[in-house]
Amino acid sequence: MKTRYTFGGDEHIYVEMDEEMSLDAFFKSLSMSTEVRKANISGVTEICPANASFQVKFNPDVIHPDDMMKKLKELEHLAENAEKRLETRIVEIPVYYQDPWTHETVMRFRERHQDPSGTDLEYAASINGFDSVEAFIEAHHSQPWFVSMVGFVSGLPFLYQLVEKEKQLQVPKYLSPRTDTPKLTVGYGGCFSCIYSVRGAGGYQMFGITPMPIFDPEQKVSYLSDFMVFFKPGDIVKWNPIDRAEYDRIVNEVAAGTYVPKIANVSFDLNEFNEDIPKSNAKLMEALHGA
Amino acid sequence: MALKILNSGLSTSIQDLGRPGYFHIGIPIGGAMDRLALQSANMLVGNDAGAAGLEAVFMGPEIEFTQDASIAVTGADIPIKLDGELREAWKSFNVKAGQKLSFDFLKTGARIYIAISGGIDTPIALGSRSTYTIGALGGFEGRNLAAGDEVPIGNGRLVPEGRTVPEALRRMPESSAELRVLPGLYWHRITEQSGKNFFDDEWKVAPEADRMGYRFRGGRPLDFVDRNQPFGAGSDPSNIVDGCYSYGSIQVPGGTEPIILHRDAVSGGGYFTLGAIISADMDFVGQLQPHTSVRFRRVDMKEALSARKERKDILTKITEALA
Repeated sequence: MKTRYTFGGDEHIYVEMDEEMSLDAFFKSLSMSTEVRKANISGVTEICPANASFQVKFNPDVIHPDDMMKKLKELEHLAENAEKRLETRIVEIPVYYQDPWTHETVMRFRERHQDPSGTDLEYAASINGFDSVEAFIEAHHSQPWFVSMVGFVSGLPFLYQLVEKEKQLQVPKYLSPRTDTPKLTVGYGGCFSCIYSVRGAGGYQMFGITPMPIFDPEQKVSYLSDFMVFFKPGDIVKWNPIDRAEYDRIVNEVAAGTYVPKIANVSFDLNEFNEDIPKSNAKLMEALHGA
Repeated sequence: MALKILNSGLSTSIQDLGRPGYFHIGIPIGGAMDRLALQSANMLVGNDAGAAGLEAVFMGPEIEFTQDASIAVTGADIPIKLDGELREAWKSFNVKAGQKLSFDFLKTGARIYIAISGGIDTPIALGSRSTYTIGALGGFEGRNLAAGDEVPIGNGRLVPEGRTVPEALRRMPESSAELRVLPGLYWHRITEQSGKNFFDDEWKVAPEADRMGYRFRGGRPLDFVDRNQPFGAGSDPSNIVDGCYSYGSIQVPGGTEPIILHRDAVSGGGYFTLGAIISADMDFVGQLQPHTSVRFRRVDMKEALSARKERKDILTKITEALA
């Protein structure tokens, strides 16, 4: 891992922990963005942690960009020594794979896709060496995921699967971004899954849809009454495949204010995970099943 | 006091100076695309420079006032009419209850700003009244204005008519533009020749130009430096492991069409960025019409900061002129 610092115009500094995605890079970027927050540097207006990088927005009228850069570099050693343990939660997210709404969108933007003759799921299954779409879907939901970034648009989570590197699923983004994506689409790009929190543009492949809203500016959804955004970096997610009947049932429950997401508190230790992934995941799933 | 929207034009929204502090969860700063124009309009009518006003794109709205007020229109060049009679831009004038404000066809620029004494008084969402339509947040019910809307106005008092921003202090959009770029971010991903071409070529604003981003066409495609794509980035050479985007940053998906992220930027994503428009030129981007010719000019941090200071000095002079 080699850290790279660069300016984004005269108001941002972008710090890339690593070109590659890894949980080590994520933990370092999260720790460093926490250290920057704690340092309370005058002139800093926003701190945005991402998958393997983070960004600081600052006011160059208050602090010279070169001084800001120097201060950030001074904080790097603190991030290196930070504890790689998170007290967090695991959440079950229902997913209706191969739903009619994302399918319609998949077909509408075929000319922007690498393989216009098939669907996004057929393409993803094939390039990852699976015999069938079903087997690929199974690989997508069988092991839990880690929210490594929240952003793009309103509260959208980027998720990284908690499996060995050789088991990671990888797909390219669309050749050119779509101008439309259904709200709550479960997408995939690079090694990341995501949930599109709102309808809009997007470049990720589309696999399915969740009935569970994750962003509500009016805060009418019962579990979003405290804050309009559901996810934060460090959350752990387990996809739960559902059919159309279950999808409709949850949509109705959300509307009635009776839907309660399945959530359990857990701790995640990066060293424990790296030592024994199946054991670490089993512990997470045990907590979820007890919820 | 309210504004009755008789016709909303093409896209008219409530904007102030935005909501900093939520980019880390994907909610952008938003606010007026041309900040100096909104600030000028507000000061002309005696408001705080950051009060909420209207931002209208390409076409003016038609508005009826329910009470007397002072108003000012700034930004793009467009004939302004009060009950059919022409009024001057960048100058305060009074309206009486029942009078109607309307506009003719836009001449140059893209966005006009309308400030009303007292400012727009819709509910504040996450610290701002700015409309963020993608998140259905702020503004009028989280959306652009529509005919029939009645927009609440705060308590203000009339100011003398004819208060004006000196012409030398009005930053007016031109028919062709030069945008200054500070290379950085993932600049190292493109070849030296492509980096040169990017600044040599003439680009044109594409029809896909909105509050989120401005797309450009017409320059040569960019070539990337060969590499094995890093794990997690995706296979296209323009892909990166999804990271944060800077306001003003320029991404070039597939190396073909540059996109400048603007006030309603997505906060991150998986396309490389080659640098960013300097903060002083962001207002100009918001005034570009589709098909406008644009050249990008390479600058260093020193020039970016001196341009920023120039822009700040203009704001100070306008503030003094209208004190």
